[in-house]
Amino acid sequence: MTKLVGVKENLLFDYACRLGDDSLILGQRLSEWCGHAPMLEVDLSLANVGLDLIGQATHFLALAGEAEGKGRDADALAFRRDVLDFRNCLLVEQPNGDFAQTIARQFLFSNWQELLFRELGTSTNLAIAAIAQKAVKEVAYHARLANEWMVRLGDGTAESHARLASGLDWMWRFSDELFEVDAAIEPLIASGVACDIRKLRPEWDGIVARVLRDATLDLPKPRRATVGGRSGHHSEHLGHLLTEMQFLQRAYPDAKW
Amino acid sequence: MTKNWPLWEVFIRAKNGLSHRHAGSVHAADAKMALEAARDTYTRRMEGVSLWVVPSAAIVASDPGDAAELFEPAADKVYRHPTFYVIPEGVKNI
Amino acid sequence: MYTTELKDKNQAPQSAAVVEDPARLEAFEARVAADDFIEPKDWMPEAYRKTLVRQISQHAHSEIVGMLPEGNWITRAPNLRRKAILLAKVQDEGGHGLYLYAAAETLGTSREEMIDALHSGRAKYSTIFNYPTLTWADIGAIGWLVDGAAIMNQVPLQRTSYGPYARAMVRICKEESFHQRQGYEIMTALAAGTDAQKRMAQDALNRWWWPSIMMFGPPDENSPNTAQSIRWRIKRETNDELRQKFIDVTVPQAEAIGLTVPDPDLTWNEARGSYDYGAIDWDEFYAVVRGEGPVAKERMQARVKAWEEGAWVREAAAAHAAKHQAREAAE
Repeated sequence: MTKLVGVKENLLFDYACRLGDDSLILGQRLSEWCGHAPMLEVDLSLANVGLDLIGQATHFLALAGEAEGKGRDADALAFRRDVLDFRNCLLVEQPNGDFAQTIARQFLFSNWQELLFRELGTSTNLAIAAIAQKAVKEVAYHARLANEWMVRLGDGTAESHARLASGLDWMWRFSDELFEVDAAIEPLIASGVACDIRKLRPEWDGIVARVLRDATLDLPKPRRATVGGRSGHHSEHLGHLLTEMQFLQRAYPDAKW
Repeated sequence: MTKNWPLWEVFIRAKNGLSHRHAGSVHAADAKMALEAARDTYTRRMEGVSLWVVPSAAIVASDPGDAAELFEPAADKVYRHPTFYVIPEGVKNI
Repeated sequence: MYTTELKDKNQAPQSAAVVEDPARLEAFEARVAADDFIEPKDWMPEAYRKTLVRQISQHAHSEIVGMLPEGNWITRAPNLRRKAILLAKVQDEGGHGLYLYAAAETLGTSREEMIDALHSGRAKYSTIFNYPTLTWADIGAIGWLVDGAAIMNQVPLQRTSYGPYARAMVRICKEESFHQRQGYEIMTALAAGTDAQKRMAQDALNRWWWPSIMMFGPPDENSPNTAQSIRWRIKRETNDELRQKFIDVTVPQAEAIGLTVPDPDLTWNEARGSYDYGAIDWDEFYAVVRGEGPVAKERMQARVKAWEEGAWVREAAAAHAAKHQAREAAE
């Protein structure tokens, strides 16, 4: 693993956890759909997206474990941390709701993640750069799927339009958090490890506005952002997700699987 | 308008240099979805580098009942094949 | 994942409602006997078409319903590797259902009609999926035993007489090659693990063994359509032949990882070169076929719910496509 002079290991650990937890938690959410999607073809698509995300999580969390240097691997981080130590954004932990709500979440997230990974492809941390270069192709496809579904549902029937508007309304309050930069990231931006996500906001806003226009949906009104995920203050939903996901590792702490 | 999604036939080019080959079918409401469903269903194990999707309804197929008149007349045109011809012993490059 | 002909015990064997043209029938039988493939637009006897639709759709339904017991553990898989494997595996089952529905559709029955038959209880699916997955070991047992049984059945179907079905089976067999191994690997890890894990593994084998060997269907003497299906190359080996083959390969696999097959009558028969096994509880099998399996209600409820809750999505996409086409036509 590449060590960078001047970058505190715990900051890198924290950043890799943010990246990995985003993918992990959304991958977990999408896997809940498996076997229950509106159509067999859609079931397969959602599973592919979930698999990409779980793969990304595995790489980023392994990197986090190395950066931490305390012998924790990706599984230890995924299955043995509690809510306060998870660093994912609040958006990804939101419940699937109906298919429209799932698509609204994917739409906001994947378009953001695509821009993020595009930038991280040139991270000065070569491990992050390598993961991002591979993952950006996966995520570009996720964004494409989500954008097309936004338009189908928004410009479909009256029912689908209403459902999508309500799904978007549920998710929208978590979008500002995606562009948040805090003290833990500033030094990483300075050293070129992290990207300054704030600079990507106009591009993301442009994509969102274009897709919503095609979907005949109104841009949600600005509102007070709901934040906290990056510092471990999550929604009520994450605890339940972890309870389920971590059950075996918690119930059988000595076991190998 | 029917609410059932139509059927599409999926063709995959396994690698450049080969032609697209029929792989199977998917249901999809529109062409973009058909392409993505084809990708998500039939190329999960690196089966291809290019995809075609064609509405199944657009395929015109020959009738098996006509197979005799369509294909059997070719059977006695042996002179279309190089092995039909007698070349003197020792003649090369022909 | 798996199919065999599933019917209620008292259901009469199917009689052909139509009287077929003897000359065409004879030509058809001769082609099939010569291992020629029958393709969708070829003439075929009505009974062949009906039997195929029933068998292929039953097979497809089994794949789709089969996603549920394993899907039950995706969100609880014990580590990231197992989670990804299981998600990919259950997704594969969905893909297999998709290939099979498409194969059946070439016979003139739409996917919606088949799904309707499943949801209304007219169509059957493999009995095995009406048993619950209680612990993580059940995921191992399903991969090892259920997919193992499926392979036994599916490999010969790659040479089945109906072209689209045979081609679907070729793709399915290729993809399924990892399924059984991942299940056995789970069992191996558990059987070599803590006492709690060993207990889990043995308990799963105890519960899944008998349902797994029932999956091959009723004994040959109670399987009235077997002869016709074998003649038509819709089936290539009898239920009892496949069952015996499965038992013979699986018992040593259990022994290799220190698990005990829950059949006190199981003994190696030197003369036959096969295992003799105990009596199968066929009453249980027929009860499950009738829909009285322990979680049959849960399985159907989940399928119907997904389908009904997806209706507005399917309608929306169709409506959008229609609008889009109308707009393009207007331009």
